Amino acid sequence: MRFGVIRFPGSCDEVDAVLACERVPGASAQLLWHGDADLHGVDAVVVPGGFSYGDYLRVGAIARFSPVMESVIRFSQEGGIVLGICNGFQVLCEAGLLPGALLPNVDRRFICRQVNVEVAQATMPFTADCAAGELLSIPVKHTTGRYYAPAEMLEGLEADGQVVLRYAHDGNPNGSSNDIAGVRNAAGNVFGLMPHPEHAVDPLTGSDDGLKIFTSMAHAHG
Amino acid sequence: MPTVDQAITLGLTAAEFALIADKLGREPNEVELAVFSLMWSEHCAYKHSKKLLRSLPTEGPRLALGPGENAGAVDVGDGWVVAFKVESHNHPSAVEPFQGAATGVGGILRDIFAIGARPIAVLDSLRFGEPTSARSRYLLDHAVGGIGHYGNSIGVPTIGGELYFEEPYEQNCLVNAMALGLARGDALIRSAATGIGNPLVLFGASTGRDGIGGASVLASAELGEADADKRPTVQVGDPFAEKKVMECSLELLERGLLVALQDLGAAGITSSSAEMASKGEVGLDIDVALVPLREAGMEPWEIMISESQERMLCVCEPAQLDEVLAVCAKWEVGGTAVGSVTGTRALRVFVGDELVADMPVPALVDDCPLYDLVVEAPAAGLYPAPAATFGAGAGAGPRETLLALLASPNIASRLPLFEQYDCIVQSRTVRRPEQCDAAVLALPESPRGIAVSIDGSGRRVACDPYTGTIEAVLECTANLACAGAEPLGLTNCLNFGNPEKPHIAWQLTESIRGLGDACRALDVPVVGGNVSLYNESGGGPIYPTPVVGIVGELPDVARAGRAGFVRAGDTIALAGPFAPRLAGSELAKLRGDELPDGLPPIDIAAVFEGQRSIRDAVRAGSLSSVHDIAEGGLLVAVAECCLAGALGATLDLDPLLNQERSTPRPATDASLDEVLFGESPGRGFVVSGPEEALLALGEHVALDILGMVGGDTLKITSGTLQLTAALDELHAAHVALAPLFP
Amino acid sequence: MTTRARVLIRPKAGILDPQGVAVEQALPALGFSGAANVHVGRLVELDIEDPSQLKSMCEKLLANPLIEDYEILDAS
Repeated sequence: MRFGVIRFPGSCDEVDAVLACERVPGASAQLLWHGDADLHGVDAVVVPGGFSYGDYLRVGAIARFSPVMESVIRFSQEGGIVLGICNGFQVLCEAGLLPGALLPNVDRRFICRQVNVEVAQATMPFTADCAAGELLSIPVKHTTGRYYAPAEMLEGLEADGQVVLRYAHDGNPNGSSNDIAGVRNAAGNVFGLMPHPEHAVDPLTGSDDGLKIFTSMAHAHG
Repeated sequence: MPTVDQAITLGLTAAEFALIADKLGREPNEVELAVFSLMWSEHCAYKHSKKLLRSLPTEGPRLALGPGENAGAVDVGDGWVVAFKVESHNHPSAVEPFQGAATGVGGILRDIFAIGARPIAVLDSLRFGEPTSARSRYLLDHAVGGIGHYGNSIGVPTIGGELYFEEPYEQNCLVNAMALGLARGDALIRSAATGIGNPLVLFGASTGRDGIGGASVLASAELGEADADKRPTVQVGDPFAEKKVMECSLELLERGLLVALQDLGAAGITSSSAEMASKGEVGLDIDVALVPLREAGMEPWEIMISESQERMLCVCEPAQLDEVLAVCAKWEVGGTAVGSVTGTRALRVFVGDELVADMPVPALVDDCPLYDLVVEAPAAGLYPAPAATFGAGAGAGPRETLLALLASPNIASRLPLFEQYDCIVQSRTVRRPEQCDAAVLALPESPRGIAVSIDGSGRRVACDPYTGTIEAVLECTANLACAGAEPLGLTNCLNFGNPEKPHIAWQLTESIRGLGDACRALDVPVVGGNVSLYNESGGGPIYPTPVVGIVGELPDVARAGRAGFVRAGDTIALAGPFAPRLAGSELAKLRGDELPDGLPPIDIAAVFEGQRSIRDAVRAGSLSSVHDIAEGGLLVAVAECCLAGALGATLDLDPLLNQERSTPRPATDASLDEVLFGESPGRGFVVSGPEEALLALGEHVALDILGMVGGDTLKITSGTLQLTAALDELHAAHVALAPLFP
Repeated sequence: MTTRARVLIRPKAGILDPQGVAVEQALPALGFSGAANVHVGRLVELDIEDPSQLKSMCEKLLANPLIEDYEILDAS
C-alpha cells in the first residue's frame, strides 16, 4: 500500500499525515508536490491540513485548481481512494468531489480541542476497522469547519448513509449541520473530515483512535 | 546634508551625531544618517543594557550556540540541538495588537530558522491592564488572534505561555514571543558573511514602506499622544509568505548551498547586512535598485530600513547562485542577487552605479557609545496599591477566597486562549497546555524529550527586583521539574521602563544581578535574549518584567509528569521547602494590599535541591501527578489538580496547622490564610501517588501527607476549618476568562 | 484594453454569518443603535479584458455558489 500525501506550499500537516500512514503495517507514504500533475502511481491520496495557498480568497478555493488536484480529481473519478483532512476536506468540497461546503465556525475563532466523534458508517474503505457507533477521540483544529449543505442535499446525504462521522453528544465544536464531522461521496471512495486522524495515531501524544482510518484504507486496498 | 536637529529627531544625541561624523571623517548624508540612527538605536545597539548583560553567565556544559547569533542553542543528545530565543514586540502590539503580535511570532520564527533549525514550538508571554478595561480586553483579544493567525497558519504549534493582568500594563502591554527549533548540531549555520566576491541574495517578500522608522521610533522612545499617526508604519505579517520563506531556507541549507544566512528584522536590510559583514569581518556592497519593491518611488534610505516582513538575506558561492535562485523559485519567494561580499570592511549602498552611502562596518556595529546607568534605589514605592476587588471581611472565608482566587484573572484557566492555538501540529506534543506545568515535546527516534516553560511575575519583581527575578527563574525550573526535566539553557526578555531614570536603572541592575546569580547557582547558561526598554507612558512605568524561558530535557517522555490527579485512592502530599507568605501574593492583590518593600531571601541551592528530588521522582515514574504551587498558594494548586484530572480530593491540613508538625514550614507565625493561600514560588509542590512512593520522596525533600484523591468534591477537614466545594463550582470559577473571547 | 470590474460576494441569505452577527452585536456596544441585518462579504476588484468572462469567473473561483451570492457591480 503506497499513500501519496499532497504538499501545497502552505500545507502544515502533510508530514504528520505521512508519519500516520507509515504507522500502518506494510504501508509507505510519499509527498506529492502541488505543481506536479504526476501522482507517481500511489494507491491512495491524502489531501492534508494546512493553508494550501494561504487560503486568501476562500479556504481551499485556489488549491482546487493546482496541477496535482486536477490529477486527484481524475484519480477519484476512476475509483481511487481519496482522504481529505481539514483543509483537504475544504479543498475536496471546493473541487466538487464531496458534497457541501465548510463555513466559518459559529464563534468565528480557531479552535484546537480533543473531541469525540461517533462512527455513523463503519464501512469500506475508510471506517471498516471501526464499529458502528464507536467513539473516536480525535483533535480538531480549524477556523472554518462548520459543515453546511442545503436542506435537500443534507436529507439526501443522511438517507444515503454518506455521513460517516458525527461529533458526539454536546461536542459539536463549530456549529456543523447535523453534527457532521465527516462525509463521503456517493460512490464511497472519497471521504473528508474536519478532525485530524493523523494527530491521533499514538497514545503518547493523546490518542491512537485515528489510526483506524488509515488502517481501514490499507485493508480496503487489500 | 542632514542637520544635527534631524539626527535628534531620529533619536540620536548631538554627541552621537558628532561621533558619527568623526567615524566617517565627514558629515553623514541622508542614507547614512538613517542607517546610523537605527544601528545606534537602543533596539539594535543595546546601549543602555549591554554593559549589564555582560555580567550574565553564558557558558555551560550543554551549550551548543551562545549569545550573538540569531538564536542560542543547547545540545539535547544524539546529535540534536534545540535552538531557542524570546523576543519582545511590545510597542508594535500596543499600536496594532493583531499585526504586532503576529509579526512578533513571525520575527522570532525567522530567528530560529535563520540558524538552520526547523521551528518546532512557540510560547508567548503576555501582559495587559486589568480585564475590566475595554482597551485591555481589545488588546488581549487581538493579540491572541494575531498569535494564533501566524502560528496556526505556518504549522508551528503554540504549546504554552503565560498571561498576567496588572494595572501598570494598561498603557504599555507586553507581547513577548519565544520560539524553539530543532536541528542537527552539525547543520547549524552562522550569519557571518565570508568569501570576497560571493553574491548576497535577498529572498522572500517584496520591500515596501512597512515599519519605516519602526525600530527607532517605535522601539526606542516612550509612546506619546500621537500613536494613531504611527499606524501606517506598522508591519503587516503574512504567514503564508513566511511558510514559504521558511521551507525555502531549510531546503537551501539541507542542500548545502549557503555560506551564511540572516533574517531581516528590526531595521531591515540595514541591520542584517551590517551584522553579517561585522561577523565575517568583511564589507558588503548592496545595490538597492535591484531590491524588488512593492511600492513605487521608494528612496534608497527607505529601502535600506524598511521592515517589510518575511525576508531573508543569504550569502552563497558564485557557482551555487543559480541553484539558490532555483530553490527560491520553487518556493515562489523571489530570490534576487542584490550585492556581494567585499574586502573593504565597509557597507556601501549603490543605486545602480551611483554610490549613495559608504560606512565602515565597525562604526555601525561596534562603535555605538555604551552608557553607564545612573542607579538609585527609590526612596518610596513606585507603584500604587492594586485596586481591591475582594474583601477580607465577613463572608470571605476560605471557601469564598478559594473561588475568588480561581476566578481571578491571573489564575483562571488559560484554555480559552490556548484553544485558539494549534498545539499539536508536527506530532511532537506529549503534554499540551495545562496538562503539565511545562510543555513537553518528544525528540525524534528516541524516548527522550524536552520540556519548556516561560515565566516572570512582574508584580513580585516590582516588590523586589533581585529576589523577584530569582523567583522567576526558580518558578520556571519548578515547572520543568514537574515534567521531569533538567534545565539546560535559559533565554530572557527584559521588559523595563526608561533606564535613563535612576530608579528604573536600579530595577534593571538588580534584576540582572538576580538573573545572573540564579543562573550561576543552577549552572544554566543564558543562551541569548532581548531587552525592551522605555515601556512607560503617561501612566508611569510597567512593573519591571524579566521574562525567562528555560528548555530542559527528560530521558523518557512516556514518564512526563501530569498536573491533574489521575487515580482515586492516590495519596496527596505537599512536598518541598514551602514557605508561604501573603505579602506580594495574588490574594494580597485582590485585597488591594500595598506591594511589600522586599521579598524574603531565597537559598537558591536548597530550593533547586528540592526541585531535583521532585524531578527524580517524576523520572522514576513513581508519582501519579505533580503540580507546582504558584499564584494563589496551596489550596488553589490542589483545586487545579482536581480540575485538570476531573477528580475530587479530601484533605486534612492538620499536619500544616499543627505546631508539632514534622517539617519546619510554613513559618510558625503563619496565619491560616497564609498557609492556604500564601505564595512561595518554586518551593512547593502538590504531588499524588501511592503512599509508599510519597514517603520515599519524603526521604529526600520535606513532605507532609495531606489527604486522598477521589469523589467529585474538594473537601477540607481540619479541626475548625471545614470546606467543601464541588468540582462543578470550582470549574465555574476557573473558566472566568472565557467571556473575554466572545 | 482592460476594464475595471468590481464583484461583490456575500453569504447566501439564510446562512448563518457569524462575522455579520459579531458586527451587529458590537454596534450597540459602541452607541450605534438601529442597525440590523448586518452581513460581511468581500469585494474583488480586477482589470479585465473581456467582461463577459466575469460570470464564469465568479462561478468557478471568486464565489462558491453553494454558500455565497455574487453581484457584478460594474464592468464599465
